[in-house]
Amino acid sequence: MTRITFDDQTFVTKKDETVLHTLLRNNIQVPYGCKAGVCQSCLMRCLGNTPPPTSQVGLKDTQQKQNYFLACLCKPESDITVTLPNTESSWLEVEVIEKIELSTNVIFLKLKSKEPLAFFAGQFVNLRRNNDGVIRSYSIANIPNGLHELEFHIRILPNGQFSRWVADELEVGMQLSLSHAQGDCHYVEEKSEQPLLLIGTGTGLAPLFGIIKDALSHKHSGEIHLFHGSRNESGLYFENKLRELTQKYPNFHYTPCLSGENVSEKYAQGRANQIALEKFPKLNGWRIYLCGQPEMVLHTKRVAYLQGASLKEIYADAFTS
Amino acid sequence: MSETTTNATLFEQLGGEAAVDAAVDIFYRKVLADYRINRFFNGVDMDTQAAKQKAFLTMAFGGPANYSGKDMREGHARFVKMGLDDSHFDAVVENLEATLTELGVSQELIAQVAAIAETTRADVLGK
Repeated sequence: MTRITFDDQTFVTKKDETVLHTLLRNNIQVPYGCKAGVCQSCLMRCLGNTPPPTSQVGLKDTQQKQNYFLACLCKPESDITVTLPNTESSWLEVEVIEKIELSTNVIFLKLKSKEPLAFFAGQFVNLRRNNDGVIRSYSIANIPNGLHELEFHIRILPNGQFSRWVADELEVGMQLSLSHAQGDCHYVEEKSEQPLLLIGTGTGLAPLFGIIKDALSHKHSGEIHLFHGSRNESGLYFENKLRELTQKYPNFHYTPCLSGENVSEKYAQGRANQIALEKFPKLNGWRIYLCGQPEMVLHTKRVAYLQGASLKEIYADAFTS
Repeated sequence: MSETTTNATLFEQLGGEAAVDAAVDIFYRKVLADYRINRFFNGVDMDTQAAKQKAFLTMAFGGPANYSGKDMREGHARFVKMGLDDSHFDAVVENLEATLTELGVSQELIAQVAAIAETTRADVLGK
């Protein structure tokens, strides 16, 4: 007999009862489907402690790490607090401590929180402008450093309500609100020999850069291949930084790709996803991260799967604008 | 596959959940690569889709899945509007049979799986 806390209410399980069953028996409406661990409709998250591994069967490694579980499979052995995915809604106040122009349409932003933050590089957060509450999602480009700092690459859209404001009005010292970090597009340290393929367009580089830093800081020993694509040179940034990393880490490889005309020989000519998928026709056993334009992400996910990658090892983050 | 014993269910004879996982992986690749039917899979989330394939195969294998005719009907309604018909259903069953053949399942068991899959035809096609 254990206790389940959900939404500030506590319920006691009966013998051999699952979390889903206990909640439904108490008339708590949560999504569910097959009740057999197949459809994953009843995905929930355990707060504070880890759920039984048997309730995490079939979930992605990154979801398991974040204590997600399937309520229909979970017979808790000790008291647990559970929540539905992405319902934590507290906001943190953060201060702008650095703002740099990375290219004509990308701005680097560093924010600092007074309170500790829990996140993995590559996850995303919502940023909220305090005066009118406009919210946009951005991926985290750095690894936790103990200083409660977060780095972002903000793409300036011509009529972007939020991004234009970042470019024109936001200054060092100003305050923003920040949501908790979400998403499963991040590094996991368990499989350090696994080859990694990272493909990003534009500021899709932000999460990928964070993931690469995370992998290298964990001494990832497998090959790491980054393909960063843009139409023309102005869309690429961090080029020197990334070339330096290839000098320092022999297993890290960087291919900047330009799909426009008259491409200098410093770059591969063509779309980043096509160049990468042609170079690696067999992706069995690879871990793949895709970030950027939604069409590129969806298409590449399918092709990577058909070229042998396991769906559970493809992490995709489609950027909408 | 183990030898047929009189008491084992179809699901057990096929190898249970592990067999479903192996089959989903092969089956979904075949379906996505099949030009006759892959347009119905454009623009859907692949993880969600794979989970649905697993639920479908679990049912076709005679396993523990709550898959109702109503779900089947509602889930496929928009594809029926796109022109989903018997030929596409046949193509899916063909891919399913090819998957099981590839996994070394006996023709006798394949016929049983195909027969269960067949029971969903009317709901899938909205008839």
